[in-house]
Amino acid sequence: MTRRLSGIPASLQRGFTRGFHRAAAAGLLAAALAIPGTAALVAAPAMAQETPVRGGVLNSIVQPEPPTLMLGLNQQGPTQTVAGKIYQGLLTYDRKLTPMPSLAESWTVSPDGLTYTFKLYQNVKWHDGKPFSAADVVFSTSKFLMEVHPRARAVFSRCESIKALDDHTVEFKLKEPFPAFIQAFEVSSAPIVPAHIYEGSDYRANPANTTPIGTGPFKLKEWVKGSHIQLVRNEDYYKKDLPYLDGITFRVIPDAASRSLALESGQVQQTQYSDLEPFEVPRMKTLPNVTLTTEGYEFVAPMAWLEINHRVKPLDDKRFRKAIAYAIDRKFIRDKIWFGLGRVPTGPVNSVVKFYDPKVTTYEPSPDKAKALLDEMGLKPDAKGVRATVKLMPMPYGETWTRLGEYLKQALGKVGVAVVLESTDAAGWAQRVANWDYEITTNFLYQYGDPALGVARTYISSNIRKGVLFTNTMGYSNPKVDELFDQASRENDPAKRQEQYSEVQRILSDDLPVVWLLEMEFPTFLDKRVKNANTTAIGVNDTYESVWLAK
Amino acid sequence: MLGFAQLFASRLVKAAAILIAIVVMNFFLVHAAPGDPAMVMAGEAGAADEKFVAQLREQFGLDRPLYEQLGTYVGKIVQGDLGFSYRQQRPVWDILAERLPATLVLTLTAFLLALAAGVALGTLAAVAVGTWADSAITVLALLAYATPIYWIGLMLSLLFSIQLGWLPAFGYETIGAGYTGLAHVADVAVHLILPVITLALFYMASYARLTRASMLEVRGLDFVKTAKAKGLTQSRIVTRHVLRNAILPVITVAGIQAGQLVGGSILIETVFAWPGIGRLAFEAVLQRDYQVLLGIFLVTSIMVILFNILTDILYGLVDPRIQVSQ
Repeated sequence: MTRRLSGIPASLQRGFTRGFHRAAAAGLLAAALAIPGTAALVAAPAMAQETPVRGGVLNSIVQPEPPTLMLGLNQQGPTQTVAGKIYQGLLTYDRKLTPMPSLAESWTVSPDGLTYTFKLYQNVKWHDGKPFSAADVVFSTSKFLMEVHPRARAVFSRCESIKALDDHTVEFKLKEPFPAFIQAFEVSSAPIVPAHIYEGSDYRANPANTTPIGTGPFKLKEWVKGSHIQLVRNEDYYKKDLPYLDGITFRVIPDAASRSLALESGQVQQTQYSDLEPFEVPRMKTLPNVTLTTEGYEFVAPMAWLEINHRVKPLDDKRFRKAIAYAIDRKFIRDKIWFGLGRVPTGPVNSVVKFYDPKVTTYEPSPDKAKALLDEMGLKPDAKGVRATVKLMPMPYGETWTRLGEYLKQALGKVGVAVVLESTDAAGWAQRVANWDYEITTNFLYQYGDPALGVARTYISSNIRKGVLFTNTMGYSNPKVDELFDQASRENDPAKRQEQYSEVQRILSDDLPVVWLLEMEFPTFLDKRVKNANTTAIGVNDTYESVWLAK
Repeated sequence: MLGFAQLFASRLVKAAAILIAIVVMNFFLVHAAPGDPAMVMAGEAGAADEKFVAQLREQFGLDRPLYEQLGTYVGKIVQGDLGFSYRQQRPVWDILAERLPATLVLTLTAFLLALAAGVALGTLAAVAVGTWADSAITVLALLAYATPIYWIGLMLSLLFSIQLGWLPAFGYETIGAGYTGLAHVADVAVHLILPVITLALFYMASYARLTRASMLEVRGLDFVKTAKAKGLTQSRIVTRHVLRNAILPVITVAGIQAGQLVGGSILIETVFAWPGIGRLAFEAVLQRDYQVLLGIFLVTSIMVILFNILTDILYGLVDPRIQVSQ
C-alpha cells in the first residue's frame, strides 16, 4: 500500500500484449513481429504493426523521492517503480493476475498444494557480474525477506522448507495448503536479492544498499538526491536483445502543478500513481501527445474506506455505520472528488481481485434510511438538528483526501451527524491510527490479488495489534469471519474457496466494519511514442524490458 | 581596534552559548511532534508488523530514553558530527553538503540581484517621488510583495517554458547531458533564471519599499539642504548624502534575510524542483528525520548568528558615528 496515488482500456491490445510477452521471453519477438500476417490479424492499429527499435531514454517522475532503492528493505510506492527495473521477483502477473515468468521460467504446484517448484532462467547474472542461482532465491526467501519484509514474512513463514534442488530449481514446501502462495512472487512482494552481498551481513546497514545490485534489465547509474535517478541498460541482461531502452530517468518533482507541466511540455513521457492530482486528469486527458490508462494496478487493487473505531460509541453499533453508508453518495465521491477515477465498491473485495462477489448487501444513498436507523438507535436530533458528533481525521495524503473529508462532513451533517474535522500530517496520522487514537479516518489498502494476502488482514481478530499500522485497527471481531478467512486461505478447491469468500463478503457487507468508499484507480499517462509499457498487473512497477520508444 | 576584537570575542562566546541552547531546544521540539521515523516508514511501506517497527526503532536508537538520545546527540555535535540519517543511510553532513551548493547558488544570486535592483528602484522612486515612475515602481513592488511566490513561479514557468519554450521549467541541470566546465556553468545558469527571478522579485520588493521610504525621510533633513546650498550636483547629493544615510535600515533587513539564505526557499525549490536545503528540511519534517532536521536547524542558526555579527560590523563601516559599545 504504497502511498502514491491512476486509465485506458487496453482490452484491445490485451491478447496481443500477452502473446507478445511470451514471445519476448522466448526471444522470438523479432521473428514474430516480422511476419506480416501477425500484424494483419491484430485489430489494434498502428502500434501492433511497428517493429521495436532499440535506443532512447524514457523520462518519468519519482515522487516522493524514496529513501533507498534497496527494494527488499523498502517497499514504498516510488521505490517499487524505480527498483522494479533493477530487481526482479520470480514471477509477474498478467492483468487477470495469472502468474507469468520473470526470474522463474516455469513452475509446478503439487496436487496437494504443498509443494511449489520453480525452474529458474539460466545465464542470469547480477549487475556486478556474479552468476545468479537458486541459492540466491533460497537466501532471499528464507533469510533476508524473513528478517526485513513484513509482507513476505507473513507468506514465507508458512513454509516448512525452502530448498535448492539444483542450481536452477527451488522447492518451497508449505506446512499446510495456502493457494494464495503463487500470488506472492511479484517483485515488491518477494524481490530476489544477491546472497553473495547480503549473506551474513547486517542487512539494513549493508553499505551496498546505496548501490543496488539486481538482475533486472536496468542498472543504477546515478542518483542525485533531490534531482533525479538515472538507470541505464544492463548490457548483460539474460534475455537477448533486451531491454530496448538505453535507460530510464526518473525526475524528482515535488510540486504537483510542476509535475503536470512536465507532462504537458513533454519533459517526461510517463506519470503514474499519484504523480498527478485527480483534478488535473480531465485536462491532461485532452493533451494530444499522451494517452491515459487506469490499467496496471490490478495487483495492488487499492480499496479506500472510512475506517471506524469500534471502541468508540456509537460507532460500535452497526446501525450507526449503516446510517453513515446510507448518508453518503459514493458515486458523487468517484465523479466529483476523484474525477471519474475508480469504481463504486460493493463490499470488502476490490472487483479486480480474485474471489470478488457482487452479491452482497449494498448501500444506495438514502438520507431517509440513514435517519430511520439513527432514530431506531434513539439518536434524536437536538435543537440544532444534531443527533451525534464524531471526529473525522482525513488521511494526510494530498488535496483529494482533504476534499473527501469536507464532503463527508457535509453529507453526514445532512442526516444529523455533526463531523469535527481533525488535521494531522503523515507521521501523526500513522501514530494515531496504529494506536487506535481516532474515531473515524479515511484509509486505503492494497489487496495484492488475493483476499488471503490483502483483504483478510483488515478484518480478522487475530490481527488486532496495537501500534501496528494496516492491521484490524477498528477492533472488529466476528468469529465466523475469522473462521471463514482461515478456512479459505487453506482451501485448495477453488470452488469451495469461492463459497467461503462469498459468504465472508456477505457477512462483512452486513456488519460493515468499515464503510467502503472507492475501488481506487490511478491514472497512468504515457506519451504516445512509448510502446509496450504497462502491460501487466503490476504495470509501471514491472521491468520495462520490452518497452521501446518510437522515433 | 582592540575594543573591537574584544567585542568580537565576547560576541562569539555568547553565540556559542546561544547555539547550545538552540540545539537542546530544537531537539525537544522535533521530538514533541507525534509519530516517529519508524512509524512513517511503516506507513509508506503499506504493510507492517511489530517486528518491522521494533527493528527500525532499535536501528534508529529510538528505543533509548529521550535524555540518553539527547546526550548522544549533543556529544556528537560538540565534536562536529551532525549525526546520521537512518532513513537515508548516510551521514547528515554529507546530505547537507550535497544540497548546500544548489541552495546557495540560488539564494545568493537572488539575494544580490534583489538587493541591487531593490536599492536602485527604491532610489529612483524616491528621487522621482510623485511622478509616474515612482507610482510604477511602488505598484510593481507592492504586487511582487503581495503575490504568492509559488504562483509567480508557476506563471513564469507557464509563459517561458510551456508557451515560449525558452527556458527549462524545472531542475538544476540537463540530466544525462554530461556537461563539464563552462558548458555546465551555462547549463546551470539557464536553469537558474526562472527560480532566481521568482525569488528575487519578492525580496526586491521589500528592499525597494524600504529604500524609498528611508530616502524620503533623510531627504528632508537639514544636512541635505546644506549640501544643496553648497551647490553639489543632484547625483552626488543622492548617492553620498541621502543614500548613504538611508541605507542603514536596508542593511538591517538584508542582514536578517542573509542569515536565512542557507535555509533556502521551500516554495521556490518545490515549484522548480530545485534540489536544495529548503525542500530537504520540509521533507525531513514530514518524515520525522530528526537528525537531518536538527542538522539544518544548526547550520541555519550558525548562519543567522554570523550574519548578525557581520551586520553590526557593516554598520560601523557605513556610518562611522555608530561606535561599537564597550
